[in-house]
Amino acid sequence: MNHDYQKDISGCGLTGLISKKRRRVSGSSIVKSLCLMNDRGNGLGAGYAAYGIYPDFKDFYAFHIMYDDAGVRFSAEEYLKNNYHIEKIEEIPTCPVKAIPISPLLMRYFVSPLKDRLVGDTRPDDFVVSTVMKVNSEIEGAYIFSSGKNMGAFKGVGNPCDIAEFFKIEEYEGWTWTAHTRFPTNTPGWWGGAHPFTLLDWSIVHNGEISSYGINKRYLEMYGYKLTLLTDTEVAAYMLDLLIRRHGLSISMACQALAAPFWKNIDSKETDEAEALTALRQIYGSALLNGPFSILFGHANGLVGINDRIKLRPLVAAAKDDVVYMASEESAIRAICPSPEKVWSPRAGEPVVVELEKK
Amino acid sequence: MFRSLAPPEYLAKIDTIKCIRCKRCIQNCGWGVYSWGGDKVLINTSKCVKCLRCFHYCPEEAIEIVDSPTRFKSNAYWGWNVIRNIKRQAETGGIPLTGMGSDLPYTILFDNLLIDACQVTNPSIDPLREPMELRTYLGKKPSKASFETGLDGKLRLKEKLPPQIKLKLPIIFSPMSYGSISLNAQKVLAMAAKECGIVMNTGEGGLHEDLFPYKSNVIVQVASGRFGVNPDYLNAGVAVEIKIGQGAKPGIGGHLPGEKIPLEVARTRMIPVGTDAISPAPQHDIYSIEDLRQLIYAIKEATNYKPVSVKIAAVHNVAAIASGIVRAGADIVYLDGFRGGTGAAPSVIRDHLGIPIEHAIAAVDDRLRQEGIRNEASIIAAGGIRSSADAAKAIALGADAVGIATAALITMGCTTCGKCYTGNCSWGITTQRPELTARLDPEVYAERLINLVHAWEHELKEILGALGINAIESLRGNRERLRGVGLDSQTLDILGVKPAGR
Amino acid sequence: MLEINAKGIYYRDLNAMIREAVAKGEKEIVVKGVNGQYYIGDGLVGNSTITIEGVPGNDLAAFMDGPTIRIKGNGQDNICNTMNGGKVIIEGNAGDVLGYGMRGGKLFIRGSVGYRVAIHMKGTKKQSPTIVVGGTAGDFFGEYMAGGVLILLGLDAEDGASLAGDYLGTGMHGGLIYVRGEVDPNLCGAEVGIGEMDDEDRATLKETLTEYCKDMSLSFDDVMKKDFKKLYPASLRPYGNLYAY
Repeated sequence: MNHDYQKDISGCGLTGLISKKRRRVSGSSIVKSLCLMNDRGNGLGAGYAAYGIYPDFKDFYAFHIMYDDAGVRFSAEEYLKNNYHIEKIEEIPTCPVKAIPISPLLMRYFVSPLKDRLVGDTRPDDFVVSTVMKVNSEIEGAYIFSSGKNMGAFKGVGNPCDIAEFFKIEEYEGWTWTAHTRFPTNTPGWWGGAHPFTLLDWSIVHNGEISSYGINKRYLEMYGYKLTLLTDTEVAAYMLDLLIRRHGLSISMACQALAAPFWKNIDSKETDEAEALTALRQIYGSALLNGPFSILFGHANGLVGINDRIKLRPLVAAAKDDVVYMASEESAIRAICPSPEKVWSPRAGEPVVVELEKK
Repeated sequence: MFRSLAPPEYLAKIDTIKCIRCKRCIQNCGWGVYSWGGDKVLINTSKCVKCLRCFHYCPEEAIEIVDSPTRFKSNAYWGWNVIRNIKRQAETGGIPLTGMGSDLPYTILFDNLLIDACQVTNPSIDPLREPMELRTYLGKKPSKASFETGLDGKLRLKEKLPPQIKLKLPIIFSPMSYGSISLNAQKVLAMAAKECGIVMNTGEGGLHEDLFPYKSNVIVQVASGRFGVNPDYLNAGVAVEIKIGQGAKPGIGGHLPGEKIPLEVARTRMIPVGTDAISPAPQHDIYSIEDLRQLIYAIKEATNYKPVSVKIAAVHNVAAIASGIVRAGADIVYLDGFRGGTGAAPSVIRDHLGIPIEHAIAAVDDRLRQEGIRNEASIIAAGGIRSSADAAKAIALGADAVGIATAALITMGCTTCGKCYTGNCSWGITTQRPELTARLDPEVYAERLINLVHAWEHELKEILGALGINAIESLRGNRERLRGVGLDSQTLDILGVKPAGR
Repeated sequence: MLEINAKGIYYRDLNAMIREAVAKGEKEIVVKGVNGQYYIGDGLVGNSTITIEGVPGNDLAAFMDGPTIRIKGNGQDNICNTMNGGKVIIEGNAGDVLGYGMRGGKLFIRGSVGYRVAIHMKGTKKQSPTIVVGGTAGDFFGEYMAGGVLILLGLDAEDGASLAGDYLGTGMHGGLIYVRGEVDPNLCGAEVGIGEMDDEDRATLKETLTEYCKDMSLSFDDVMKKDFKKLYPASLRPYGNLYAY
């Protein structure tokens, strides 16, 4: 267990939207919303995640990988070829932007695990997680920054508008979008450090610092996660993967583990519920994300927004028709939805859970 | 008999002008330092242990106790105690005994660790105005929870947890047996534990009936002497602790001499009055790890599965031992570090065996995590916790709670004179002499101990607030919030802590 | 009257325009098309009136001393931060940490507010701030309150619903909070006393709420139909016994 790392901290702004009816919305909306909050970042990181963008390859895991150089690409692809059927390889389309003079090599792979690699009762998702952990921690200079199906993350060092232009975000159409502008306080200038952080279908954008990072990290390491990126946000992504996918908790219970109700409030509930919530805190104490945060997490079936338990970071939600918006500031929502039917501020620790309508 | 060549340690002095001949010093000294000479108090300074009872009870401030100015020639290698012990051994052929934890100047790791605080990027939290949670549950936890929603739409827990010990804050009173300390001292611990919402531990001397009202704040201990152990005793408290070892004397048994076994102690220990109470070095039904499992489950069967704690001294291979203990079924691993206190231990053992608690916590917490079984047992760390800062550091290293004993005794008057084994404690703590124990009014001293716990509670909340976290579980094992100062890189590696500045 | 269209204008440029107009003696400024611009009225001195159409950004009226700002929509976070004087009227809802360390002036909100509103508001005999919230409030309402008057009306709240969140008035050691309805003592900080209204309280309420109702086009009599409870600091030094000397 490596403890001698330098943790990365950053402030930021975030925004997200979801069309419950799976109407695919152009990326231009989310870009407009994010760019309004330019001042919440410092131009050293921005990113977008979108769901429903790869309908033609929706049954394949879409790996977005950044490489420091072509040599690394060779060894990573060697590894992928040995373990995955690769349906398609392509460069992620980009457009030259003056403000972004250098970028890593950015590749996209649509893959599925080879059947004979799924030993015993390993599920494809588990296999993909182990691939992500392995590549990111063992292949120096290669970083898988997106690994879900029919979704993808696009991120880098730059301000929100430049990163959007660079990745041609406006050309993608998705039913769920999240976006993030970053204010890192130490400047590694590394593309992987930008949000969203993703694992499988989970994508996280996050504002705030998680003061409990140290124990969250060690807790996740107990379950085989390798925390290579040294940011709080990575913790949130893996924690959701652990609690929801591997431990089978509902989204609502997972949120209550991450932003646990106070004992005072648990004690005042009736017996069964108090017992359940007490157990949740007893078992998942190390999963509590303590410190200021607001988080949006997207997944295959919806979008969730959540605050820390004393609401030290802002989060505003709004709704119009079948679309729900969440952002650090109301004006970021109004930039793309001038007159919402409803605007509200979620209470501390109480998640806003939005699910896509069943197909 | 020839006069000892080991000179007295202390010099007791009375200012005869100030002295009003009230004789309170004579009454108060349990050691027989003072006697009445007809017109003044006579002093036998060789008996003085510098417990300061006389000083506190002299109404005229006429008494002064100083370190004896008559010393051997100073020598950085052949120190005072070294020479003195040799002389005592030469005179007696015996093993020098001592009380309290080791006072030798080994590096104190706690004093080389500093705690983090928030500035700008994350806010500190005001513990007086905003919620700050210290509640801690000790016991085995499953690795994951499962819930169901009933037909009534209400949330329910599918599988109940094994029993947990609920603590209002992550501090417990460490085991000290009736016999080693007085019943009144145990009452102070019990009353304070109840008031503070924590637990005390009986130690191995059984549970006196006067403590029955405090049962829900008591852990009962089963040690190698099996004193006072019967089914009622096992079921009396909230948990049962198997004592394998003690930080101050790893690998060593205990011996409470017959003269310290008056009627009440004898009754509680379930032995005849005046016989020696001997605790063998090992538990003779545990010669290997599988035997421990056998005893743990024997106790669980007898108690309908109460939590079982296993207390060990922190020794070199503590991580592997703790892992074995957890795999043997213990709900709590109680680690007692090198600095841990004792009523009586050979100095050579106390001062030279074991490892500091800081290393032990780090090693055990790491090992249990590597093996994926950290949730299977809680870790109590004890052995030299002097302050809430030590407690916070121990918890950040990975302990669930800390045990305190010496600090609790200090609230009762103890000055850490280290002569507990003589049974003459003038503060009425480590003695069974009725005229001495009567001095320790449980009500009065419980209040002082409660004050201490409350003060530490406030301090822990202030520390959490500065760290920007509002629940103790976010400090537990959060070594990211500790930094080492002046520690070598290997020690830092073992502690899992970065050096300051990194 | 000066009208400014703020659509798409960066906050520095917008605020420079406003500041320049105020310096020239403009008394009536209307800013249209505002969305998210920070610091409007920040540090502004004088007696101009600024009307804002849209949702202005954070730190509106921070350090302000004198002017009146009316927001015809919702407000965001940190409004009236350390404000010294003047008045802010918000016709919609507003966000978190409003009136932090506010020392004077008024903040009237028609709708509801977020967390930590009126935190560490302070006042003296000479200068005292007032905040009136028409709707409901989040947790930590009036935290560390050291002076001034804080009024919570819950005008559109359902009967029996709690108007304030948890930790109401926690750390309060000065000033008064008036709540239009019952107050659950379990929600109050340990430092808070709950009392009944006296004549002086009624006079304060009448004066403040008459002005509030006029600004918000509400009926004063309707607002006064319900009884108020008064929250006061139980001690000026609530933590006197906390430290050992």
